[in-house]
Amino acid sequence: MKLVIGIVRPEKANDVLEALYRAEVRGLSLSRVRGHGGELDRVETYRGTTVQVGMADKVRFEIAVSDPFVQTTIDALCAGARTGEVGDGKIFVVPLERAVRIRTGEADIEAVTPVAD
Amino acid sequence: MDLPILAAAKVDTGDTAWMLVATGLVLMMTPALGLFYAGLVRSKNTLNTFMMCVAAIAIATVTWALVGYSLAFDGTASLLGGLNNVALHDVGFTPREGTTIPQLVFFAFQATFCIITVALISGAVVERMRFGAFLVFAAIWSIAVYAVLAHWSFGGGWLTQQGTLDFAGGVPVEMASGFSALAAALVVGARNDYGRLALLPHNAVYVLLGAGLLWFGWFGFNGGSGFSTGNGSVLAFTNTLLTPACSLVMWFFLDLVRGRKVTAIGAATAIIVGCVLITPAGAFISPAWAMVLGAAGALPCYAVIVWRPRTRVDETLDVLAAHGIAGFTGILFIGLFAQFAWNGLADGLAYGNAEQLLDQAVAAAVAPAYAFVVTFVLLRVISALMPLRSTDREEALGMDVIHHGEEAYATGEGAVLVTPEAGMDEPVLVEP
Repeated sequence: MKLVIGIVRPEKANDVLEALYRAEVRGLSLSRVRGHGGELDRVETYRGTTVQVGMADKVRFEIAVSDPFVQTTIDALCAGARTGEVGDGKIFVVPLERAVRIRTGEADIEAVTPVAD
Repeated sequence: MDLPILAAAKVDTGDTAWMLVATGLVLMMTPALGLFYAGLVRSKNTLNTFMMCVAAIAIATVTWALVGYSLAFDGTASLLGGLNNVALHDVGFTPREGTTIPQLVFFAFQATFCIITVALISGAVVERMRFGAFLVFAAIWSIAVYAVLAHWSFGGGWLTQQGTLDFAGGVPVEMASGFSALAAALVVGARNDYGRLALLPHNAVYVLLGAGLLWFGWFGFNGGSGFSTGNGSVLAFTNTLLTPACSLVMWFFLDLVRGRKVTAIGAATAIIVGCVLITPAGAFISPAWAMVLGAAGALPCYAVIVWRPRTRVDETLDVLAAHGIAGFTGILFIGLFAQFAWNGLADGLAYGNAEQLLDQAVAAAVAPAYAFVVTFVLLRVISALMPLRSTDREEALGMDVIHHGEEAYATGEGAVLVTPEAGMDEPVLVEP
């Protein structure tokens, strides 16, 4: 069981969602973050104040999956988020100690397996 | 002394006072439109969208003062005015012929109309057109399309001469902007994400506030188009309350039928549609017919707003539906229900004068065609000289950062202060 964290361009978030959906990865959460990963800084000017902005808007996906689904999820994130330019983002895979589905109390693998409906 | 020439040469203080206020009200409509448009786009394009309206104030005021006003209002030649008023030559404190207000006030009032019309077209090309290309377009369009149509229907040109009634700009403002917007959307092309992603309004409160301020300003727009405090202005002023209110009620009903909910952005749109519907007809139809116009005229506009997003034409903020179609409807409505008893000029078809409908139909056919064709050609020519669109990457990043170097909702997180001495005016690549 792993937690897959994907940090992607905001404009590619919909493509990622679509790729994940096709890969049948259904459970995820998503948040807007600002980060820096080596892309071009930009200069902004507000009247007399000039600033160099190193933080770019990103979308962070968090997806808890069972081990057989890790590679599928990574592939989907890459397929959806890649443009080939600096700033496409990163994927981190971290071990997941426990997971509980609140509604049923199911634990671990059952908890991260989508409900068949 | 009862000589009409002497009577006409006198400035009326009451009329002038109202027209000074009305001019200010109409100028306010352009930033209000900026707010309305800014709320309808995605947050990364907020400032650019607003700035296109601000740019219209800058560009159109200058072109109007230099040549536009003269071409529209110098003389009553059938096709185009003269050049005697270029750069405000001979525009002074004496009354404009046919009015009781100084020509300077008349000039300023008409300038605000040119400004908002230029700003309206930006709604078709937001979120992708380059700011510089829009400035060039705005300058030429304000002369080649607006001044010409203003002459035809306001300045004593051939539409006026053949009997078309257009109180506050169904021809040069509403149909011109609406059909030019369609041409602009076709030439500039759709946004990359159009039809692929949901492109939603980022702030519905801006949209409602912008629409409300536009309505407020529209009392000056229609109420001032009689250039006096006379009966025509009073009628147009009151109709500007009645028609949009009826459009709102009709829009509520249509929203309920279609989606079982009354929408806020629909309501904001209905306000604009109602104001546009009454713009040409303001002083020509009775208050009761103005209410009918508001309700009935909303139908074709609603239909186009529902239909347009299903097409491949990314006429982004529906200028065609809200201004082109509504202006078209209002112009024709005059031909049907104008009433001599109310306007002292002409009856419409319903009151036994079928010829008026024909006069209106001529304007409804010619103005859209002229605006569409000239805008289409003009943008094609500009696109041969400079790119009209931002690159795909720039479009993805957003127009605000690309064209203005600012963000609407800057947080300051991760922003490093640059001192002027450091001379940091170029982006720097930070090693990964």
